Amino acid sequence: MLSILRAVWTVFLHLFKRKVTVLYPEERPRIPPRWRGRIILSRDPDGQERCVACHLCAVACPVGCIALQAAEDEYGRRYPEFFRINFSRCIFCGFCEEACPTYAIQLTNDFEMSEYHRHNLVYEKQDLLISGTGKYPGYNFYKVAGLSIKGKDKGENENELPPVDVKGLMP
Amino acid sequence: MEDKKLVTVYIEDKPYRVRPDQSMLDACLSLGFDLPYFCWHPAMHSVGACRQCAVKQFKDENDRKGMIVMACMTPAGEGTRISIKDPEAVEFRAKVIEWLMLNHPHDCPVCDEGGECHLQDMTVMTGHAYRRTRFRKRTHRNQYLGPFVNHEMNRCIQCYRCVRFYNDYAGGRDFGVFAAHDNVYFGRQEDGVLESEFSGNLVEVCPTGVFTDRTLKMHYTRKWDLQTAPSVCVHCGLGCNTIPGERYGTLRRIRNRYNGQVNGYFICDRGRYGYEFANSATRIRRPYRITYGKAGEKIENALEEGKVLPHVKSLLQGAKGIIGIGSPRASLEANYLLKKFCGPGNFYAGFSDAEFNLVGRIISVLTGGPVKAPALREVAEADAVFVLGEDVSGTAPMLGLAIRQAVRQKPVEAVIKSGIPAWNDYAVRQAVQNDKGPFFIATSAATRIDSLAEGTFHGAPDDIARLGFAVAAAISPEAPAPDGSLPEAAAGLVPRIAARLREAKRPVIISGTGAGSRAVIEAAFNVAKSLFDSGKDAGLCYVAAECNSIGLGLMGGKSLREAVGAVRENRADTVIVLENDIFDRLSAPEAEALLSARQVISIDHLPNHTVSMAHTVLPAAVFAEGTGTFVSNEGRAQRFYRVYVPAGQVEESWRWLSEFLAASAGAKFFTVDDVQRAMAGELPAFGGVPAAAPPADFRISGLKIPRQPHRYSGRTSIHADVDVNEPKPPADPDSPLSFSMEGFDGRPPSALISRFWAPGWNSVQAVNKFQSEVGGRLRGGDPGQRLIGPAGKEKSLPYFTGIPAPFTRLEGKFLVVPLYHVFGSEKLSALSPPVSELVPSPYLALNPEDAGELGCTEGMEIRLIVEDVFFRLAARLDASIARGVAGFPLGLPGLHGITLPSWGRIGIPPGVREAAEESGEDRA
Amino acid sequence: MGKTVPETIRHLIIVFGVLAVMMSIAAGLIWVERRLLGFWQDRYGPNRVGPFGILQPLADMIKVFAKEDWVPPFADRPVFILAPAIIVVTVLLAFAVVPFAPSISVADLNVGLLYFLALSSLGVYSVALGGWASDNKYALIGALRASAQMISYEVFMGLSLMGVVMLAGSFNLRAIVEAQRRLWFVVPQFFGFVIFLIAGVAETHRLPFDLPEAESELVAGFHSEYSGMKFGLFFVGEYLGITLISALIATFFFGGWLGPLLPPAVWFFIKTFFFIGVFILLRATLPRPRYDQLIRLGWKVMLPLALANLVVTGGIILAAG
Repeated sequence: MLSILRAVWTVFLHLFKRKVTVLYPEERPRIPPRWRGRIILSRDPDGQERCVACHLCAVACPVGCIALQAAEDEYGRRYPEFFRINFSRCIFCGFCEEACPTYAIQLTNDFEMSEYHRHNLVYEKQDLLISGTGKYPGYNFYKVAGLSIKGKDKGENENELPPVDVKGLMP
Repeated sequence: MEDKKLVTVYIEDKPYRVRPDQSMLDACLSLGFDLPYFCWHPAMHSVGACRQCAVKQFKDENDRKGMIVMACMTPAGEGTRISIKDPEAVEFRAKVIEWLMLNHPHDCPVCDEGGECHLQDMTVMTGHAYRRTRFRKRTHRNQYLGPFVNHEMNRCIQCYRCVRFYNDYAGGRDFGVFAAHDNVYFGRQEDGVLESEFSGNLVEVCPTGVFTDRTLKMHYTRKWDLQTAPSVCVHCGLGCNTIPGERYGTLRRIRNRYNGQVNGYFICDRGRYGYEFANSATRIRRPYRITYGKAGEKIENALEEGKVLPHVKSLLQGAKGIIGIGSPRASLEANYLLKKFCGPGNFYAGFSDAEFNLVGRIISVLTGGPVKAPALREVAEADAVFVLGEDVSGTAPMLGLAIRQAVRQKPVEAVIKSGIPAWNDYAVRQAVQNDKGPFFIATSAATRIDSLAEGTFHGAPDDIARLGFAVAAAISPEAPAPDGSLPEAAAGLVPRIAARLREAKRPVIISGTGAGSRAVIEAAFNVAKSLFDSGKDAGLCYVAAECNSIGLGLMGGKSLREAVGAVRENRADTVIVLENDIFDRLSAPEAEALLSARQVISIDHLPNHTVSMAHTVLPAAVFAEGTGTFVSNEGRAQRFYRVYVPAGQVEESWRWLSEFLAASAGAKFFTVDDVQRAMAGELPAFGGVPAAAPPADFRISGLKIPRQPHRYSGRTSIHADVDVNEPKPPADPDSPLSFSMEGFDGRPPSALISRFWAPGWNSVQAVNKFQSEVGGRLRGGDPGQRLIGPAGKEKSLPYFTGIPAPFTRLEGKFLVVPLYHVFGSEKLSALSPPVSELVPSPYLALNPEDAGELGCTEGMEIRLIVEDVFFRLAARLDASIARGVAGFPLGLPGLHGITLPSWGRIGIPPGVREAAEESGEDRA
Repeated sequence: MGKTVPETIRHLIIVFGVLAVMMSIAAGLIWVERRLLGFWQDRYGPNRVGPFGILQPLADMIKVFAKEDWVPPFADRPVFILAPAIIVVTVLLAFAVVPFAPSISVADLNVGLLYFLALSSLGVYSVALGGWASDNKYALIGALRASAQMISYEVFMGLSLMGVVMLAGSFNLRAIVEAQRRLWFVVPQFFGFVIFLIAGVAETHRLPFDLPEAESELVAGFHSEYSGMKFGLFFVGEYLGITLISALIATFFFGGWLGPLLPPAVWFFIKTFFFIGVFILLRATLPRPRYDQLIRLGWKVMLPLALANLVVTGGIILAAG
């Protein structure tokens, strides 16, 4: 009984405590760098699209809000023909970023994306693609992948030997 | 009751009863154990190359030490005792995969195999997760291998499966392994199109991404994103089972669907790559009617939804007689409803007259004769094969592959007797060397499987038939013998063929409609019956040209020429053409006469000559967009299912016809099951059709079977560009399959398998989990229901006696016979861009001596006149063609509208010879 | 009854005034409660709509009026619609006997206290019918709990007030207030006050006694199926109930309008709002007991306590002569 009264008194005293509420938007919150906000597609250091349309983000997405179609340029470099994220369904879980093998898809610390119409939350590739490398400045997937693309022939990666001469006779 | 032939093996100290004629890897996989492997393939057995299936074998229950052995090279003997989980074996397997991954590139995100990669699965299964090696990876240059297969050699793990399939199993000669040690290279001697018509199977055989589907690459989709449903190939009459995959409303690829009785693990490239006609930009997507403008020009008036039926109804009410033209490429259901709608007297089978008679004869022989029609697997297990008149490698390629296996049966049996188990592939092949079992082939011209044959004969169809009759007479004295002499080459063959067939236990005789000759079909029957009468377990396999030829033949109806008569005599003024181009079946004047009826309604999916002449055109669904039944050449009714709902106002043909029926008679069929029930009740021949697959109300634990894999992605974004509210998935009243990822996620009945997947087995190798034993039947039996079977011995048809006279050359004329090509002779597949790349340009094959007499050389332009139809063709000299015979590649673009074989005249256009001589002089 | 015209007008003014004031207090409480809860939880609470968020009730009202007036197809339609009205009507009727000031009360009943008890028992019909008409298992369980709870707590609610009646010698609320001129009854009737407070919380099924709603187990209890304005009525009914109980605590135990300097009505409202604050503070502090604990507390602790209080009070009055 006394404990109840003490509890009531303790709670009552909170009337005079400092409030923890951050009064957004007058007061801006501090967003940590690994915040999971608006999703972007980054480019590799050469300025090419990093996304190779591997579909892993789409399959990792628990709400199925990512759809894309792969296409290839004339040299065999893969890129998404279209890439769509329906942010009205996105739960910002970050699984897509975790799944991405090329650091292409990244979550940023922008969370201010309210819209009056849901269809304005459907972002296509041109809305997602940024001009920089995002959080991972150095990485270039095609520098480590075995596939040849424009400007990089077979065996030109750092971790590769030159192509085998199939008709050679050396043991 | 237990089979006495079984032996007891111990896996993890638990006893299991297994067949002794298999390896321990077979046994483990059949029992459901997860044991990694690479080089072993259920159709090609063990070579023990990859060392991945290592297990520990123990001498007896007291042996605790054991030794590491390869499961695929260990026979399942009585008391064999192994452990898969033994820590040493587990570590060994992990090491092996680490070695295999040494040079494997960092490619998975851009690799088409990713997500259905056996190497990925096995790497996960063995637990190799981190790369430890610090050395650099070896690389290879790729080759261009044609429009079907993409080559990415860096990914190779040297399992040798590709060469073992391509060369050893499918008999390819332009593919091999080059270089040595860790440099080995699998490819062609130089860039170029792979010659084998089974090259597409490399995609499924390769455990990783060295060989991938090049057509899929053009519109790439991962396996988990494909909406799939069981289907049946429409590009020949064999009825191979397939799995088409769809994404974003277009067909993305075809995969083989294992059916132990029919196609097994492989399908031909025509079936695998012929699908893209379904995505054609020229597809008919909305109904329209034709009106004529002031200047007489045609105007297409689109018929909006809801306006089609009133329009059709008004047409039908004004009609003075309605006839329906069926189609051998439309489903049984569509043909049946057309027959029901027009009345049995007004239903005309959509065959050419010649084919109508041939198919009719085949059905009467298969149902009235004593000999069964073998399934493809039974052909592959035959120990003697005699092909009469049919170029199977052109008209039914998978039959060619089956014959290739049949040719090995006898030598392999001998090897097995010497103590080498059948599964020890390398040893068996070393022992067999080039030995071949009895195989004879008699055709108009050389075929791609001639090199397998012990004896070949090339001649006119009548001579081929006479050879058949002579063989029958040599086997059984009761069979009538041809009078007069056979050509020299044939005469020498007769006793050999007869002797070799008599030695066999399970001979198979193959013929078909390809030669266009009734006598050939009858001769094949006589041979088969003679063998049957002498106590053999003989098979008689007829090749039918199209996917539902036999079904349409069973449906009956009248011949197309009678339909022309009906229109000419004004007995009918309205013609409904079902998925058919009349110009392929009739000569142009006859077709035009038929289509000159007051009203022509064409139901089809792609524009063709008939569609262009129709007054009302209704868009039909292609195979992957509809549900129905095809009857294969062995009389097997097989259900195919709607893979996706097509865009536009496209409907299944049978649904259009059921709407017609509702509009006129009031009786409407709502589902495929309704149609089948009515059909089975009305036409006894189709009594087995409903049993070919579970009905639409079939459920497992109350659940439908999903067409989408449980990992299907993009549900809330695919349509988001159109509408952010997700649409309701389409309903499917015709099947127990649903258009969503929800439903029963386990192993469905065999006729409803939409994909092969099992936990941990994302690649096509998951098929092991769906079979009752590895390489055997699917669990619950292979899908399909046989509609026809042989009559009893007593009731059997007698021997045919209509032996044709020997072929004699006519002065100034040539007997034009049809030739077939894998790519080109079948019309729908030839419309697919990758296949059309490989379609040969039109030619006429002539014997060099005949050509010499005509004064024409290879490639020279010549004129051919057959049945008043005129063709300009390039001459091709072919020594295998008999004199007085000309080979005409029927079905190639522009080469149709004539019935073969038929007599024709060949001329050389004025100026051509001179031009050729001049250019020859120039070169000189 | 020879009443003059100005008197009738005065009565009408009082009637509609009480109605208007009570309704606006109930609405205002939406904001007050959320604000206070916020403060007690180190938050601000609604502070965006109007100055200090004071227009929040208006926004809520616009929202609740604009919502679809949805009746589930499986519900018993007439009862379903009637139920929320009952609670508002009964509570509002109970206000008729509350003396806000010496001259401000709607009805000066001699059995005012009994009238209040009777009407507060009627309130249970609203909850019971609403839950039953919803045809939903959670709603029905909530309704059954509400019925059991209210019947149990009503018993000693009445008993706890009998001490007050004995001291005042009247059931008339005005007389009870007048009897406290010397000493507020909270002093002689401290146990009566505590029991009435607890019973009052239970009668209005407020936390910690909100078991009929208990969202963690019953979704939303008896009003699971309610939405829009009908749900709004339940809400208003609850706040009216809080106000009523607070007003009566002030009347019975804290001398009603009595107080120095300020006008009587102001004193009355100060006291009432203090107890409203206590209600909210209880909600901010106490967790919900288990249902069996609630019933056990009612029958095994509160009822004997109320009876004992009655006996002792009676004894003392008797002894004092």
